[in-house]
Amino acid sequence: MTDYPADSILVLLETTPNGELATSAAGLLGAASRIGTPVALAVIAPSQAQALAEQAAATGAERVLVFETNSTQAELTIPHVDALAAAAAVVVPHAVLISNSIDGRDIAGRFAARTSAPIAVDAIGVSRDDEGIVAHHSVYGGAYNVDSAATFGPLVVTVRQGAIDARAEARPVALESLEVPASGAASAAIESVEAVTETSSRPELRGATRVVSGGRGLGSAEKFALVEDLADALGAAVGASRAAVDAGYIPANHQVGQTGVSVSPQLYIALGISGAIQHRTGMQTAKNIVAVNKDPDAPIFEVADFGVVGDVFTVVPQLISALAERKR
Amino acid sequence: MKIIVLVKEVPDTYGERKLDLETGLADRAASEAVLDEISERALEVALAYADSHDDAEVVVMSMAAESAAATIRKGLAMGAASAVHITDPGLAAADLGLTARTLAVAIRRTGFDLVITGNLSTDGSGGVVPAMLAELLEVPNATALSSVEIAAGSVSGTRNADGATMRVSARLPAVISITEALPDARFPNFKGIMAAKKKPFETLSAADLGIEPHDLSVAVSIMTAIAEKPPRAAGVKITDEGDGGTRIAEFLIENRLA
Repeated sequence: MTDYPADSILVLLETTPNGELATSAAGLLGAASRIGTPVALAVIAPSQAQALAEQAAATGAERVLVFETNSTQAELTIPHVDALAAAAAVVVPHAVLISNSIDGRDIAGRFAARTSAPIAVDAIGVSRDDEGIVAHHSVYGGAYNVDSAATFGPLVVTVRQGAIDARAEARPVALESLEVPASGAASAAIESVEAVTETSSRPELRGATRVVSGGRGLGSAEKFALVEDLADALGAAVGASRAAVDAGYIPANHQVGQTGVSVSPQLYIALGISGAIQHRTGMQTAKNIVAVNKDPDAPIFEVADFGVVGDVFTVVPQLISALAERKR
Repeated sequence: MKIIVLVKEVPDTYGERKLDLETGLADRAASEAVLDEISERALEVALAYADSHDDAEVVVMSMAAESAAATIRKGLAMGAASAVHITDPGLAAADLGLTARTLAVAIRRTGFDLVITGNLSTDGSGGVVPAMLAELLEVPNATALSSVEIAAGSVSGTRNADGATMRVSARLPAVISITEALPDARFPNFKGIMAAKKKPFETLSAADLGIEPHDLSVAVSIMTAIAEKPPRAAGVKITDEGDGGTRIAEFLIENRLA
């Protein structure tokens, strides 16, 4: 079998429904490059393999193992787990990094259970010390920092999207086809894909470097457009509190917080959001937080680097025009 | 049709949650313990099915501290037929692997056609246990379902995954996890609470399940460090005096954020 570096870190690449490299890959490969040699695994339709391997190499994969298959369109989880098990057997990595997405967690869970490997979930960073790979976590809504490690053997780590700033340097393309014996494990069947998640020109919430979120304070779905206007002025993704989602201002896939998406952007702007703990849990690892709320006692101000007590409908339009002014 | 619903006691997120900095374990005295809301919704899916299917039997199962018995009993009061509580001091610091292995043994022991869990607990937010269980139980996993239809030999639903919304189905037995898009749970009524006292409540130790919690030949994940993060210092808070928007713009520009 081919030789792999002794410090290999196996990275499972996520792909979009169109077969492109997902945004999460850059952070995973960046994290892997800091603790070892990134060896990527792609599970992809045969016609898309070459292009994906090129993207992965450009994003820092030293080697790209490719399992060419169409089975992921019909079966949940299992094709990826089978591929990961086959890849881990030949690469013998020190750690396996997987995106902490819905699909990523399923794959990581099954793979860890199948290989009896310890698993560390929702890591916001990884490092290496004398004894091996350490995963760093931010738990209880960011109130505690916790490190975890394997007693021995490889650690399976799911990495929070957008949490890793490190980026790996581009490498020459080294594509290798991977033989994957089918495990025969029973999988759920994908009967149909109802809708591909909206693709707008705005960045995706997960992994966004800037997020503008709106809450109940916006008052209506029509007025929620103000949040979108500021997001567009900043090139930011649009988020929302649960209250705004429940009130029907915006679809649930924009919900930030404990039961929605957790984000760790460079900038988080909270508009008309009171900042219940459930919301703060999903955003307080943001590097910079700006809040506008008319209630001076709103808990969001406890975590804001810059807070304005005032009416979003006067403050935000002024902010948007000030930003436009600067661009001119 | 035997449906096992995994439930979890969690610290109430409306209060302050603490970790013990000595042991790294949840400080149970620091906050009120409640049945996780997502567990209640998972139970509601099972109970709604049982309402219209006489052959359905709903079991609530939890691996939790001894003190969690009262919380698990709430599942009986809501309508589950029996409860299984796995509790053992040796399991107090169980990692995800040990948790999944222990639950899998208990689930096999109880017998099941369908296992229903929440997609993410409120405290650990791990979200990997359903898939781990499916692997260990050698059955399909269908996770993150925002709607669920249970039929005689299969389960299907809508899955809101990362890139797309899809319809999925699995033959039974299977493990599914549900999201908070599913309906709120029913409240236990007085009759349910009284009836719960007479329902079977099984308590199992690790030894009962043939689990050795401290088996050093099995690789586990251990906590190597824990620190309380200094509370995020509140920064500048100003009251808008007509220049609030401009001041934010200045803050963003100063910090190279715009």
